[in-house]
Amino acid sequence: MRAGVMLAAAALIAVGVAHPAVAETIYVTNEKDNTITVVDGATLEVTKTIPVGQRPRGITISKDNTRLFICASDDDTIQVFDIAKQEIVGTLPSGPDPEQFILSPAGNPLYIANEDDNMVTVVDVDSGEKVTEIPVGVEPEGMGISPDGKILVNTSETTNMAHFIDTESHEIVDNVLVDSRPRFAEFTADGKQLWVTSEIGGTVSVIDTATRKIIKKIGFEVQGLNAEAIQPVGVRVTRDGKLAFVAMGPANRVAVIDAQALEVKDYLLVGQRVWQMTFNADESRLYTTNGNSNDISVIDVANLEVIKSIAVGNQPWGVAVAP
Amino acid sequence: MRKPQIRRVGLLVMTLFATALPAAAQNAPADAVTIPIAYITERVKELPPFSLVDQPTGDNGLMGARLGIDDNNTTGKFTKQNFTLDEAVVPDGGDVVGAFRGLLAKGHKFIVADLPAAQLLAIADVPEAKDTLIFNVQAKDDALRGEQCRANVLHTMPNYAMLADGLAQYLMWKRWANWFLVVGTGEEDKKFAAALRRAAERFSATIVEEREFDAAPGARRTDTGYAQIQKQMPTFTQGVGDYDVLVVSDERDAFGEYLQYRTWDARPVVGTQGLVPLAWHRSQEQWGATQMQNRFTKFAGRWMTERDYAAWLAVRSISEATTRTNKTDYASVNAYIRGPEFGVAGFKGQKLTFRDWDGQLRQPVLLAGARTLVSVSPQEGFLHQFSELDTLGFDRPETTCKLRAPAQ
Repeated sequence: MRAGVMLAAAALIAVGVAHPAVAETIYVTNEKDNTITVVDGATLEVTKTIPVGQRPRGITISKDNTRLFICASDDDTIQVFDIAKQEIVGTLPSGPDPEQFILSPAGNPLYIANEDDNMVTVVDVDSGEKVTEIPVGVEPEGMGISPDGKILVNTSETTNMAHFIDTESHEIVDNVLVDSRPRFAEFTADGKQLWVTSEIGGTVSVIDTATRKIIKKIGFEVQGLNAEAIQPVGVRVTRDGKLAFVAMGPANRVAVIDAQALEVKDYLLVGQRVWQMTFNADESRLYTTNGNSNDISVIDVANLEVIKSIAVGNQPWGVAVAP
Repeated sequence: MRKPQIRRVGLLVMTLFATALPAAAQNAPADAVTIPIAYITERVKELPPFSLVDQPTGDNGLMGARLGIDDNNTTGKFTKQNFTLDEAVVPDGGDVVGAFRGLLAKGHKFIVADLPAAQLLAIADVPEAKDTLIFNVQAKDDALRGEQCRANVLHTMPNYAMLADGLAQYLMWKRWANWFLVVGTGEEDKKFAAALRRAAERFSATIVEEREFDAAPGARRTDTGYAQIQKQMPTFTQGVGDYDVLVVSDERDAFGEYLQYRTWDARPVVGTQGLVPLAWHRSQEQWGATQMQNRFTKFAGRWMTERDYAAWLAVRSISEATTRTNKTDYASVNAYIRGPEFGVAGFKGQKLTFRDWDGQLRQPVLLAGARTLVSVSPQEGFLHQFSELDTLGFDRPETTCKLRAPAQ
């Protein structure tokens, strides 16, 4: 009996030391290769590479987890990828040069930033019809949506603003000036804050969504690293509002922020030119795309450590996780 | 959308003051503050482009300023600021200083000057120009950043020293340290050559030999094409000794292009032709530049040039200041642009700022071949205490500029 308990204990300890296996699949868009790389979440190995449209960038999963939407920027279209069939099954209109997009929390519509046209295009994913176009600032990219789906935020990179758009009237109701070249906008899960990164400004602006005022601008400093290399792009906040992660571009690091104190806690070294990141379903992992080292990094969120880097295609851009 | 205008190079007849075009195709908010910006240039008669592959650019620089206004007004829709461009396009040989005085008389404080060095100094020294902000978007002369600097001038176009340093850093990274320098006989050729010699010393390259090539730009299109050149160039480049790369300074574009593939020894050609250091190139697509290129070609009907880019940066700098300070007066805008908070995004991967010792905009230098970007300087490994961009051009300790206002 005792030996059995010891064995069981040993087995438990062994499992505790190893990183827990997760059953999920990671999809990465490779901007240069015109493909997506499929990575198995359990083994953290590449299982296949699938050709998609030209210059694939933004990628997001449907609310029912059956489809992936992929921005094929040079094809001026959104591709619909069926996860069960593992193939492209159709397209959605997107307006010209779609880069980033966001799905309403309800699962429909899809809001797309048209980089070249200073527009946000709204598309009904069920009917496949364009609903409307909303004029915004110069070079729209970042897209965020409030948890109740009522406010859409788009950032214009050259106008340096976060535009607050009412999703019913499709009118801009407010504009917040941020630091140079804002590329990403993310609401916290409670809808109270909006986090906007400024790539050239080198900061993250935390905006109170009720007052629409910046409550804090977070700066970054890494020993031995040129300030110019710190170029924040993607940002993700945990659902419990405790931690935020910021991809810092050519700084090759992800900043870990105490999202309550709004202070930087740590920097995690990943691959080169890290731009985008996505949590898995239970937020135990954060996957990052490292555009210049052609790999993705896997961050163990509980332990705040990078556990693996996986080689994918050329110039990985976006990442989505399917359960 | 504005219909693109492609002006023929030969067109000379223009009114002294081209009517100010409506600033933007967009509607300014009713309660918007107007911020007037002026643009001045002399429409000199240009030779036909060297190659059929090149584009004619009769409105060089001007289109960059106009697109800058347009982009400013997109932001301005939200900040309630409306920018206008007052264009003084002086005909060849016309009175530039007179036209400039006319702009000042209208109350202009922000002037985009698309002029060569002599005329730039002439307008900067006009006494009434003391409290104005003049952006140099054309002249690359090193003297303008040195002994001939002016307190009321900021430079968005890089100077020869910056470009030469950008090129030299790449050559040293490649370990092409032995240079054969070929210089044309024009004034500008000599200025760039001086910058190249300085760069060689700075980055420890060796000029193994220097030769002058005497060729005034002649008729560009001739039917016999290459027959004579094929014999001339090898002979001219014969017997140089051991060198890695031919560095040519032919700013007038008279002969430099002929050197490539015809040198006696098989060597790359760099400098004003071949691998060229530039502020901007049509192939630049990094750091979101594709969007800039798309916007510009749609707007102007041609590729964006260095002068367009410099003019665009000047106009955008003013908008950066008025947007961030929410003030539009000369004193506030001028102070902010020269201050520590200022930075303008120029699609070069980092924010661009003005050097306080000589008013030069720090910026990466593009190194371009015919169809692609080869590299961008500063090269990795060239370090600097304050900003790696200051490894290009005149750094603070070596400046000969003593910023002073024009004589009263």
